[in-house]
Amino acid sequence: MEQPENEVIPQLHVRETAQDAVPERPARASVFDVEKVSVYYGDFRAVTDVSLRIHEHEITAFIGPSGCGKTTVLRTLNRMNDLIPGARMEGDIRYRGAGLYDAAVSPTAVRRRIGMVFQKANPFPKSIYDNVAYGPRINGIRGKGQLDEIVERSLRQAALWDEVKDRLGKSGLGLSGGQAQRLCIARTLAVEPDVVLMDEPCSALDPIATGRIEDLMQEIKSKYTIVIVTHNMQQATRVSDRTAFFSVLRNEKPGASDTRTGILVEYDRTASIFESPRDERTQAYVTGRIG
Amino acid sequence: MAVPSASPQVPDLREPPGWRRTKNQLMTILMWAAFVITLVPLVLVLYTVIQKGSAAISWQFLTSHTIPPNVMPLSFPGGMGPAVLGTLEITGFAALIAIPLGILGAVYINEYGGKSVLANFTSFMADVMTGVPSIVMGLFIYTIWVLHFGYSGLAGSFALACLMLPIIIKSTQEMLKLVPDSLRQGSYALGATKSRVTLTVVLPAAVSGIVSGALLAVARAAGETAPILFTIFTVEATNTNLFSGANTTLSAQIFVNATSSYTGAEQRAWGAALTLIAIAFLLMIIARTVTARFTRYTR
Amino acid sequence: MSTVAQAGPAKSAGPAHPLAQRRPLGDRGFAILAIASGLLVLVILVLIVVSTAQQSTGWFSQEGLSGIFSVDWDPAANHYGAMAFLYGTAITSVIAIVVAVPFSVAIALLLTEVVPGRAARPIVYVIDLLAVVPSVVWGLWGFVVLVPWLQNHIYPHVGNVLNGVPVLGNLFGPPVSGQSFFTAGVVLAIMIVPIITSLSREVIATVPAIDKEGAYALGATRWEMIRGAVWPHSQGGIVGAVMVGLGRAMGETIAAAILIGSSPQITSHLLATGYSFPSVIANQFGEAVGVQRAALIGLGLLLFVLTIIVNLIARGVVLRSTRRMRGA
Repeated sequence: MEQPENEVIPQLHVRETAQDAVPERPARASVFDVEKVSVYYGDFRAVTDVSLRIHEHEITAFIGPSGCGKTTVLRTLNRMNDLIPGARMEGDIRYRGAGLYDAAVSPTAVRRRIGMVFQKANPFPKSIYDNVAYGPRINGIRGKGQLDEIVERSLRQAALWDEVKDRLGKSGLGLSGGQAQRLCIARTLAVEPDVVLMDEPCSALDPIATGRIEDLMQEIKSKYTIVIVTHNMQQATRVSDRTAFFSVLRNEKPGASDTRTGILVEYDRTASIFESPRDERTQAYVTGRIG
Repeated sequence: MAVPSASPQVPDLREPPGWRRTKNQLMTILMWAAFVITLVPLVLVLYTVIQKGSAAISWQFLTSHTIPPNVMPLSFPGGMGPAVLGTLEITGFAALIAIPLGILGAVYINEYGGKSVLANFTSFMADVMTGVPSIVMGLFIYTIWVLHFGYSGLAGSFALACLMLPIIIKSTQEMLKLVPDSLRQGSYALGATKSRVTLTVVLPAAVSGIVSGALLAVARAAGETAPILFTIFTVEATNTNLFSGANTTLSAQIFVNATSSYTGAEQRAWGAALTLIAIAFLLMIIARTVTARFTRYTR
Repeated sequence: MSTVAQAGPAKSAGPAHPLAQRRPLGDRGFAILAIASGLLVLVILVLIVVSTAQQSTGWFSQEGLSGIFSVDWDPAANHYGAMAFLYGTAITSVIAIVVAVPFSVAIALLLTEVVPGRAARPIVYVIDLLAVVPSVVWGLWGFVVLVPWLQNHIYPHVGNVLNGVPVLGNLFGPPVSGQSFFTAGVVLAIMIVPIITSLSREVIATVPAIDKEGAYALGATRWEMIRGAVWPHSQGGIVGAVMVGLGRAMGETIAAAILIGSSPQITSHLLATGYSFPSVIANQFGEAVGVQRAALIGLGLLLFVLTIIVNLIARGVVLRSTRRMRGA
């Protein structure tokens, strides 16, 4: 994963092989290989030249100040940017070896395997049961017994079962913020995806609700791969195995549409990012001097 | 469904064949089909009107006097002169009444009424009033005016104005809502009174939308028949006096000629229909152009 | 209270505050004008009721409540019952709704979900064209082109095929007439498609994008997303839009007048001629006098009340559903 030298784009700090050689941690399979990805909305370049590798059964955090493209990069991983008119991607993303943006690929098939939890919980205006059962139902599972089992399993995984098991028929809109977000997580888990992407899932929640979701992330890590965008550095240190620090490109030409283009500055194991960052911008951010 | 770890197998990301995809495609096709089928009557109507109407249209047609539908024409098939005049006069006068009142009404609801119950109620009832049948408006003006003052083009104008009023109120209201509050604040800060703010800042900012909404209302009114029937007592003589005496319009002429089985009646009806549609479409196109042209300036 | 027109620095020791200013006459006058114009709406609505009621007392007093809602309308016998027209208006409106709604909702979905922004404009333009064609022109075309075609080519076949079939035979069996409830209903449907489409679009546009994304993120196809995220949010509002269309169909005068025929009768036979409020008023008003005239005006009042009720319910439903979504 070499980054070509370029006076505008600073050197990307990626340290993988050294750490991966540590015997207690065998190298995990690669789930995503993101290579030199740039995303454009129309003429505006939102992120440029991002390259990283997401590993299986790990929690990877994207951190950085606002507007530096973390969510944009996250959304490329499940092709949600396709829904934005004028959005365009350059570069290559491979999902377990398969090209994610190949011509024959169907976005719906992609999203079945790569789920997403949004910043603001968005339960459907249906019952709690129907919310969780929505995904399995559109995949053809109709049998009530099967659906019951899936709903219970997903709600348990999302640590919500005990709170709602007696009111599965009630509307999903009636839940508190933290519960609603766990419902959305249950809904995502119900289709048994491979990867769960999370876009600042706790930013609208209080610390207790946040803690419950962080616990749940650790519990499900062994079955899924998680990528989380977060503004909360403490959260990143608490839950993630690897962290990618994004920032904005400072463009020489003022007023050009590129001035807020996001870049990936440093990507490493979380401990290294926070304790011994290699780039001064990373250091400034994680010690609280900027962002 | 979950892919086991360390699997060497590359996932197949193509769309799974089967009912989900076909169902989605089928639904999309159905939606397009609905649109295309809806087009059919429009195309048929326009085609027929243009084809049959153009056979009847001529300068003579547009200027000669009308003849009653139940008269066998000897040499002269009859024209639409009075009807064209009538449509223009009566609709024009109705617009003269309804547009200022409608704009003022919307100004009340949006600028003066604020969140008051009365303003909300008025706005709601204006919505409801757009659904009042045109025939009821005709009967209304008949009972309130014609019975006392007789048939006249003026009565017709009143009826059309009643129809246009709620439409203009609603469309103007929508336009006023779009005017950013910062404009108003800036004007107030310079010491302007409310009426001045409205007249010099708010209305000019919304003028393109207001004009186009008004033109669309006029287009609709020009095509109305029912209120006309009860207020102007369709006649076949030219009457340039809007304020007294019976009158006629294109829409009324189409109506009386459409069901008549006498020779030439049908042809007259098509000619009148073509003229009327031309007027209505013209107004609509002007309305759309105004919107398109001026929104560029306000952007 | 003098207006601040004094030059110079003299902050007068007089009773008036230097910045006091009576609201200029022009400003107040404008405000009054605006309020009056707004209230005009309410005044007109009330006047409609009052004046038509006043002019139809002759009818009410002659027939009484039971007479008004009787079925016969017979000028020769001086008897004027409204039921046949109520039936005709109701039936044609229902037919119009049943035919128009699938098309309108489909087109509304097409415009909001399937066709992106700019490409939707030509479609909207076409729907606008549909709305601008005057009612009387639809009536003319319907009478000259559609009615003969249906009467000679379509209805007889339908009638023959369905003759004797249990339910459908009653509705669509012989004898058939080009001028009929069904013909009027279909043309009314064409005329109300634009309004239902436009209101439905407004309702669907209030569905939050985040809900749609949630469905897509679960791997739903577009149709599945519509069913899962759009439909539950918009169904209330669409019902309201449909009711507005219903109100419009009930009030459409001229096209219905020409196409429904002119026999006041209550029958389940949709391909038979019938009569409706607007039609009878339009056809008979010219020569009516006395009680008949009062009766026709009374019919107008009934129609008014009916459409107001439908519109009140409809607009209320639309308002509630869009407000709920925006607040949510």
